[in-house]
Amino acid sequence: MRLAIRDLQVRFGDRQVVGIGEFGLGVAEIVGLAGESGSGKSMTTLAVLGLAHTVGATVSGSIRLDGTELTGLSQRALQDIRGRRIAAIFQSPAMAFSPVFKVGSVVLRALRLHGMSRADAADAAARAMRQVLLAPELLDRYPAQLSGGQLQRVAIALALALRAEVLLADEPTSALDVTVQAEVLELLRGLREHEGMSVLLISHDLAVVAELCDRVAIMQGGRIVEQGPASQVLSAPHHGYTAELLAAVPRVGAGPAAPILPAPPAPPPPSGEPPSAPADGEAPG
Amino acid sequence: MTVYVARRVVLAALVVVGVIIATFVIARVVAGDPAATWAGPHASAAQVAAARRFLGLDRPPAVQLLSYFGGILSGNWGLSVHTHQPVLSDIGTAAPASLELVTIALIIALVVAVPLGLVSARWPGGLADQAIRAGSILGVSMPIFWMALILQLVFSQRLHWLPAAGEYSPSLLFSHPLARLTGFSLIDATLTGNWPMLGGILAHILLPALVVAAYPAGLIARMVRAQVLDTVGETHIQMLRALGFRERAVFGRFAMKLAWNPVAAAVALVFGYSLVNTFLVEAIFDWPGLGSYATASIATLDTPAILGVTLFIALVYVAANLIVDILQAALDPRIRLR
Amino acid sequence: MIEAPTPADIPGAVLPQGQALRRGLRDNPLLLVGGLTVLLIVVVAVFAPLLAPFPADAGTATHPFAVLKPPSAEHWFGTDQVGRDVLSRVIYGARISPLVAVIVLVIACVIGVPLGIAAGYFGGWVDEVIMRVTDVFLAFPSLLLALALAAVLPTSLTSLTIAISVTWWPWYTRLIRGQAASVAGRPYIDSCRALGIPRWRIIVRHVLPNSVTPLIVQVSLDFGGVILTASALSFLGLGAQDPTPDWGLMVAEGQNYFTTAWWVVTFPGIAIMVTAFAFNLIGDGLRDLLDPRRSLLP
Repeated sequence: MRLAIRDLQVRFGDRQVVGIGEFGLGVAEIVGLAGESGSGKSMTTLAVLGLAHTVGATVSGSIRLDGTELTGLSQRALQDIRGRRIAAIFQSPAMAFSPVFKVGSVVLRALRLHGMSRADAADAAARAMRQVLLAPELLDRYPAQLSGGQLQRVAIALALALRAEVLLADEPTSALDVTVQAEVLELLRGLREHEGMSVLLISHDLAVVAELCDRVAIMQGGRIVEQGPASQVLSAPHHGYTAELLAAVPRVGAGPAAPILPAPPAPPPPSGEPPSAPADGEAPG
Repeated sequence: MTVYVARRVVLAALVVVGVIIATFVIARVVAGDPAATWAGPHASAAQVAAARRFLGLDRPPAVQLLSYFGGILSGNWGLSVHTHQPVLSDIGTAAPASLELVTIALIIALVVAVPLGLVSARWPGGLADQAIRAGSILGVSMPIFWMALILQLVFSQRLHWLPAAGEYSPSLLFSHPLARLTGFSLIDATLTGNWPMLGGILAHILLPALVVAAYPAGLIARMVRAQVLDTVGETHIQMLRALGFRERAVFGRFAMKLAWNPVAAAVALVFGYSLVNTFLVEAIFDWPGLGSYATASIATLDTPAILGVTLFIALVYVAANLIVDILQAALDPRIRLR
Repeated sequence: MIEAPTPADIPGAVLPQGQALRRGLRDNPLLLVGGLTVLLIVVVAVFAPLLAPFPADAGTATHPFAVLKPPSAEHWFGTDQVGRDVLSRVIYGARISPLVAVIVLVIACVIGVPLGIAAGYFGGWVDEVIMRVTDVFLAFPSLLLALALAAVLPTSLTSLTIAISVTWWPWYTRLIRGQAASVAGRPYIDSCRALGIPRWRIIVRHVLPNSVTPLIVQVSLDFGGVILTASALSFLGLGAQDPTPDWGLMVAEGQNYFTTAWWVVTFPGIAIMVTAFAFNLIGDGLRDLLDPRRSLLP
């Protein structure tokens, strides 16, 4: 396990928002962390990065990166690890880049922060841009001049250039068009194939998870209720919640999904036929 | 962009017209009887009448307004009752010293207030933040004239650290005469390599500049704090942290960059405000600028001079506003398109 | 008057109640300090005749044999250049500055708010005309215009008050116009109009209340500013005249004796500073308290 999480608890004061017993990321593996909004997925990312305190949360438990314990490390040590060994991309690429800096400026600064010389940084950045199929000249633009898809690809290029071992991708495609989504997912797959990166894909979209991930963990209320190989979990779920999530995914041609709540009684039909009352407790799945 | 600039310039011109009309109204309508003031307190009725004719006050108001306008635009801002010089030339002599004073004051304010604002934003709610906040509010609550007197007493009279008055010591002028190239003493001293003089002027400018800097410093510190705190919650700041940047860089370089635009705007606007504050400070320090000129004019009820200075500063203020508007639009495309 | 961007300008800012209010006050000790200080000043002003050891000195009394005495047990703040007890004069001065500020701000609101509402609600040429006029007024830094006016009017506290009021109303017009315009643009106002509710009623019941909160914040912030402006003008000789115990005037009168008799200038100056500071603390604290984003904090 490249990234091993054990007994992780994230709290806001007394309120616990994440409680994970055991979870991990192997080398060259894409693991999905799925669940609805508010299930604690993003907080987990922040905790791994050691940034939970910036939103006022406290962390306890163990997070190990290649054997090194991250919780309890000084901010100084964490700052060295962030970016260089653990990279992150965020849901809204347009908001992830500072509007008054050229995109390339952030990239180059980050590379130089982690020890590259100016010339090496420029080379690495250009190479990484080409790997994500973007012209290196785009680095000279401001975020407002690039599309969401392009910005997300720059973010991935940044992770590439930094040669991070782990990439935390927090809802990377949620803000993108479906066509652009596919491209970005393809790039993430490439990271695993060619760079051997471990990718943690956080998403509420099970279709995305199904397409990309080797393993999957389902989160509900801050806890992992089920985890295992993606093919297994997503086709034959053990936990009821997983099944509910799966059933909630809209499928083309499947007709309307069954309602989660019992429908209100239908008004009497004009022909006098008795309305078909829904059976009680007809929850999906 | 040119459309935006043109629009702003036209609006500014309209405001300038309004400002000139306003000074006219104050000069002729609100003021008692300029003719009587001109003629002096012991003038006879005939002398006052003669003064009225001389000043053109016996013509209909509309004509007066037009000729006033024409005068202003052609550089005739009236004659100072006190110095009997053209007001505009008086202002020309006095303005550079005040402009220097305000510039130095704003530099001091920025150097002090920006770091303090950043510290405040970095640890909001902490002890430093509370102290800086209290200090900033104190800065904008200072009666400037009083602060000037206190500083002069403490640092000049009692501690003898800094000179009490004047722009430079007269003995220095004798040994190192200052050539007048631009009219701005600091620039002149630098251009001619007159270092003793430059040091002397800087020593003399320090106390008044500190006093004038109090209000802008308080304002800028709070503004920086507010702007940076606004930015800090945003995703791009988290991303910078996630890339491994130190907190100091995150705040000092990245968050601050976003804050510069509004801060620069505030600085340009507070320039006009500080220029007026010199009225309260220069006389105390014998600093030969607009402030001393205005104070003397008030003491002698020299209405043309007072209104000349008023008009001048208002024009500087409008110009500063205009420049700031255009600069902001140049830096932030969203403004032009609104 | 230049102020940092204020979040309370967002319409809908509400005064937190109950527990939120208590928490707000606890987070904002400065607000409490400001409030208590202002209370103290008001008490001093109201009970001046009882608190001042030498009430007559606030008037026309002079004591040629007690001139420029340093602070002592008998005269806590010393005596001034005609022998008057400085402490008594400072105490009586507390009646002048805040009162001038109140009058100025009331006049400024009475003129500025209706104009602002008219401009914001009716829009069109009414808006244009009012805004151009406002722009001209606002082209002068406030102290400057008040100074010019006070210089040409007969010198008195009344002239000073009028001069500052004339300078101040445009700020409120601009503030209220923004609020009124944003409220007037909302769909529910259209429905009110469609229902035939008379305009004045719409203004009083809908536009006005929404504009009031930022106005309250701005007025409380401006209190300090008006006090400083008034004392500055008095210092320049354009306001109160001797023997009125106006603090600014006292500083001006004591200037010439400052190097030997520091107390004549120092105490009135401290009074001005403390008063302005207290009001500014309240204004600042109120702005924080009414910041709608407060309610989003955990």
